[in-house]
Amino acid sequence: MLRVEGLNKQFGGLQAVRDCSFKIAEGTITGLIGPNGAGKTTTFNMIAGELAPTSGRIIYQGEDIAGLPTHQMFHRGIVRTFQIPHEFAKMTVLENLMVVPPSQPGEHIFNNWINPKAVKAREEEVRDKAETALEFLSISHLRDERAGNLSGGQKKLLELGRTMMTDAKLVLLDEPGAGVNPTLVLKIIDMISQLKAERGYTFCIIEHDMDLIASLCDPVIVLAEGTVLTEGTMDEVRANAEVLDAYLGGGEEDDE
Amino acid sequence: MDALYGYMLYGISLATMGGIYAVLTLGLNVQWGFAGLFNAGIAGFFGIGAYTTAILTTSATHRHIGGFEMPYIVGFLAAMLICGVIAYLVGKVCLRLRSDYLAIATIGIAEIFRLILKNETWATNGPRGVSEIPKPFEHWPEPWNQFGFLLLVLVVVAIVYVLVEVARKSPWGRVMTAIRENEPSAKAAGKNVENFRMEGFVIGCMIMALAGALMAHYLKFVDPNATDPLLATFLVWVMLIVGGSANNKGAILGAFLMWVVWSATEIVTSRLPDELAIRAAYIRIFLIGLMLQIFLQKFPQGILPEKRPDVAKSNGNAETKMAD
Repeated sequence: MLRVEGLNKQFGGLQAVRDCSFKIAEGTITGLIGPNGAGKTTTFNMIAGELAPTSGRIIYQGEDIAGLPTHQMFHRGIVRTFQIPHEFAKMTVLENLMVVPPSQPGEHIFNNWINPKAVKAREEEVRDKAETALEFLSISHLRDERAGNLSGGQKKLLELGRTMMTDAKLVLLDEPGAGVNPTLVLKIIDMISQLKAERGYTFCIIEHDMDLIASLCDPVIVLAEGTVLTEGTMDEVRANAEVLDAYLGGGEEDDE
Repeated sequence: MDALYGYMLYGISLATMGGIYAVLTLGLNVQWGFAGLFNAGIAGFFGIGAYTTAILTTSATHRHIGGFEMPYIVGFLAAMLICGVIAYLVGKVCLRLRSDYLAIATIGIAEIFRLILKNETWATNGPRGVSEIPKPFEHWPEPWNQFGFLLLVLVVVAIVYVLVEVARKSPWGRVMTAIRENEPSAKAAGKNVENFRMEGFVIGCMIMALAGALMAHYLKFVDPNATDPLLATFLVWVMLIVGGSANNKGAILGAFLMWVVWSATEIVTSRLPDELAIRAAYIRIFLIGLMLQIFLQKFPQGILPEKRPDVAKSNGNAETKMAD
């Protein structure tokens, strides 16, 4: 589905991503792990169009999409969430979701003045869709709350909810479990596998929570210093000496 | 009786100016309140509107270009259209800038407009300005002519308010707010942020031009002082902040309220002893600044804070049936 080839990203003197190549196969939940500063989020930002790569190609459904702006990535079905929740703080939870669906007639200002009927009809569909997503996330009761007032975990759920508001194909989750209590992490794991089964999303997940990675992801790609260290199932990755050294913890220490 | 009549006329002029400022403040609200665009060059767009209609509707003269004796409606529409085009060009250059830099750039652009209006004498009659601008209802007997114009201004305020309020509650307004709240996230939600910001900027500037056109017809005269940043930029910002940004009712309330306050400071400072009267202009600005401080202490979000539109509950699947 998506192939990254020889991707490089340079920030001044810092090479955040170095000749990075990997594949995300359709229908998988691919994990992306590695120490801080390994270039995981930078890679995400390039796939999602927030950053243009210095060089390299991102082939998505047979087309090189490297360097396209974010909103065009979105319209191709690549949807991302943020490591630090990026909610629209002063808008209600429901509005946060309702803003997402593409090509709403009411987004053209003149339609609201000259064709309010079409706007209203679509608006009801969008609202129903948002309410369904809120139910799925079990935060319906927060519907009219300002998103800025939510707890960290609830904001994470809202991030996930945004991916449900469009016909996503590839969903990039940046640390969906970070700063979330263990019970909620289990719920999020459940939700992700449910979304994959019901909606056929392909996922790519950055995460430091190895339980989440172990229970969801196959394959797991390990990045270190901007490049792919190894790739395989979680068990293979765990057995890899280089990975233990770079990330999961050296031999003389306790198990992770 | 005469005194009473005088007070009434004063009241009408207060309300008329308040109404013109209300239009101006609604324009700024579209830009700052909805989209978070820091336009510090309101005066420039206001001036373009005033001059456009002035040049189109005056009768033939050799003092400046134009004198086409066009009907008022043409003057108003042309003011908005021309300002819209100019705003688009300005936006192309400036809108990629982040908020504080956008403010600096728009100040500069307003100054450029002001200097053009002042120095291109062949077109604008330079510092002497454009005079003998026709005024709607001016042939009606006093005070009905004043009432007529006030009514026109209030109708314009009402129309602009309705259009802008519909836009605020619409999906368009929702996207604007999303961009204001979190730009990366709005992009990640597939919104073409640059286009939306441009729309907000152009529409806001067109509304400002409409206010400028009203002012030109009201005063029957326009000169480069119309683009004085104190009266046409700073005061408008104070009005929006005091009234409540992102709230259209607040914008209108703030405009009328601060115009009354501004006018009242004139009365107060005119009673000062002579040696202070010279400095009265500065005292007025100081008083406005003080008012702003007091209001912001009491109403940090403005008198009428932002309210999100109600989204009706759907009737169907209201029960939560999510199995955890």
